Amino acid sequence: MKKKFILKGLDCADCAAKIEHAVNKLDGVKEATVNFMTQKLVIEGEDDKMPAITQEAEKIVKRFEPDTVMKKA
Amino acid sequence: MKQRLWRIIIGAVFFIAAILIDINAEWLNIALYLISYIIVGGDIVKRAVRNIFRGKVFDENFLMSIATIGAMLIGEYPEGIAVMLFYQVGELFQSYAVDKSRRSIADAMDIRPDYANVKRGDEVIKIDPDEVQIGDIIVIKPGERIPLDGKVIEGNSMVDTSALTGESVPREVEVGHEILSGCINVNGVITAEVTKEYGESTVSKILDLVENASSKKSHSEQFITKFARYYTPIVVILAVLLAIIPPLVVAGATFSDWVYRALTFLVVSCPCALVVSIPLSFFGGIGGASRKGILVKGSNYLEALAETEIIVFDKTGTLTKGVFNVQEVHPEGVSKEELLELTSYAESYSNHPISNSLKQAYGKEIDNGRISDVEEISGHGVIATVDGKKVAAGNIKLMKKLNIPYYEGEVVGTAVHVGIDNQYAGYIVIADEVKEDSARAIKELKEANIKQTVMLTGDAKNVGSKVAKQLGLDKVYSELLPGDKVEKVEELLSQKSKKGKLAFVGDGINDAPVLARADVGIAMGGLGSDAAIEAADIVIMTDEPSKIATAIKISKKTLKIASQNTVFSIGIKIIVLILSAFGIATMWAAIFADVGVTIIAVLNAFRALNVKNL
Repeated sequence: MKKKFILKGLDCADCAAKIEHAVNKLDGVKEATVNFMTQKLVIEGEDDKMPAITQEAEKIVKRFEPDTVMKKA
Repeated sequence: MKQRLWRIIIGAVFFIAAILIDINAEWLNIALYLISYIIVGGDIVKRAVRNIFRGKVFDENFLMSIATIGAMLIGEYPEGIAVMLFYQVGELFQSYAVDKSRRSIADAMDIRPDYANVKRGDEVIKIDPDEVQIGDIIVIKPGERIPLDGKVIEGNSMVDTSALTGESVPREVEVGHEILSGCINVNGVITAEVTKEYGESTVSKILDLVENASSKKSHSEQFITKFARYYTPIVVILAVLLAIIPPLVVAGATFSDWVYRALTFLVVSCPCALVVSIPLSFFGGIGGASRKGILVKGSNYLEALAETEIIVFDKTGTLTKGVFNVQEVHPEGVSKEELLELTSYAESYSNHPISNSLKQAYGKEIDNGRISDVEEISGHGVIATVDGKKVAAGNIKLMKKLNIPYYEGEVVGTAVHVGIDNQYAGYIVIADEVKEDSARAIKELKEANIKQTVMLTGDAKNVGSKVAKQLGLDKVYSELLPGDKVEKVEELLSQKSKKGKLAFVGDGINDAPVLARADVGIAMGGLGSDAAIEAADIVIMTDEPSKIATAIKISKKTLKIASQNTVFSIGIKIIVLILSAFGIATMWAAIFADVGVTIIAVLNAFRALNVKNL
């Protein structure tokens, strides 16, 4: 399943790349993309692991960009 | 953002004061520098400390803090503060630029209707477009945005479609016409019956497409983020080595000199200029294209388009209008006008597309009183008495049946042969008409270095060849069945060079498999065709093939800007790194390599948004 999130306040392109890299490494993630310009995170992952993935992704976002808020799109 | 600007200004004032003040009062001097530093860079240091506790090293805040504090510790106060000051200026500029670019594209795509005026009984109420149902009657006043796709049932008006198509000339709509959501009603009040729910309306489809665009990244973007991942740690390690090894190994080398060089490295190690300018360029290119009515689903497609070598066109609906028209009138023994008039009259009772195009070419009202004894012979044509003359109009079978000798040469298109009182009176050729800008499109594509232009068509060979010759296409494959098109595209795919791409242009009807098979699938006339919007990688909202050339020009310009930015930013950084390792470049040069390069690259990226002259 595919889930979309808005990364509000995403202000650093390098951090966006780092977030994308880290989320892609999470267990159960098929493909994750962070679009810096549209401030969007799209995660495609296994259905049953999605809640855990979402939680982990949120932590990753907080770690690289503490001022960014991850919201469901 | 304003607050940041003020901090920079106030910090700069203290900084200048510190430089100008009498050097004899050293403590005052240092105090001013420190105040300036805290005002300008306090938040960076704070963030650096916070991030370290979060286990995030090598981030920009950390690198900048180390570089500037280090510089001050070895007594280089002005450099240390200047680095922080300009770094902040660069950051501010960068976020301003990104913000502006995000906003300008949001504006260009500001087509979301806020409400719909729905007629309920005698009342007109304002409701959310989402709640309107198929069959509801909506009223659109002048200046309002059309909220849902529908059909006009009352009134006429001019409609501005520029938000969807980039076309600046308004379209005229009247009763019976389809209207598309997202367009603006210019002058008259129109009443329309809703034909699609909001979620299925053109405006939602387009918004969805644009909002989800560029989720697919181009190679340049992938390269730059990968580069940044290794670049920063490598430069930081080099900086550490530079600070430690030479003073121990090289005779006469001083610690502070090499530490200064190492700190310079740290300033240059920030990857942001690189990382921001590339997606910004592509975003600009995609935004610029959408202003021209060209929707690109991702930066990877924009990149592929720039590398296109072969463009394959579907004929009908793409290069030709897909509407049949009278192309040629060849009279024999009568005048052109007479032949057209009599044939139109004879055919006037039929509703066949051919008779419609005849009536259209004739252009005058049909006076039914002039016609009598109409006899339609299925598969042959029609025989009717017009003004007392027996007019037979149809195909060669009809002529044979009536024993009328007819023109037997080659005809491109469908020929209607006509006999008047059993005498051959000539023939009229009806064919699909090429679009006005098709020839120009092919010419412009050739100028844009497209190696091969190919046309695929299900039509007869002579029809296909004529159109191909008229437009200047390199190759044409005719008499193809829909399934053959995929095969032909695969054959052509094997002919291109390894790096080159193949683009297929279709109108989205019956060619979804081909659109998917090509490297870049381009659908034309996206307005109203859901299948096309879904299957294609690039959607051209108008039905002008010349927009393909425009799209290629935009893609090439964008790619050029992206590679300029890559080479320029990496180049300058490496040069400054080498120079500062040898002690030639100062920290001021490093500031330029970081902030100056960011600003130049961002300004350059902004050029991608400007597509006015393409």
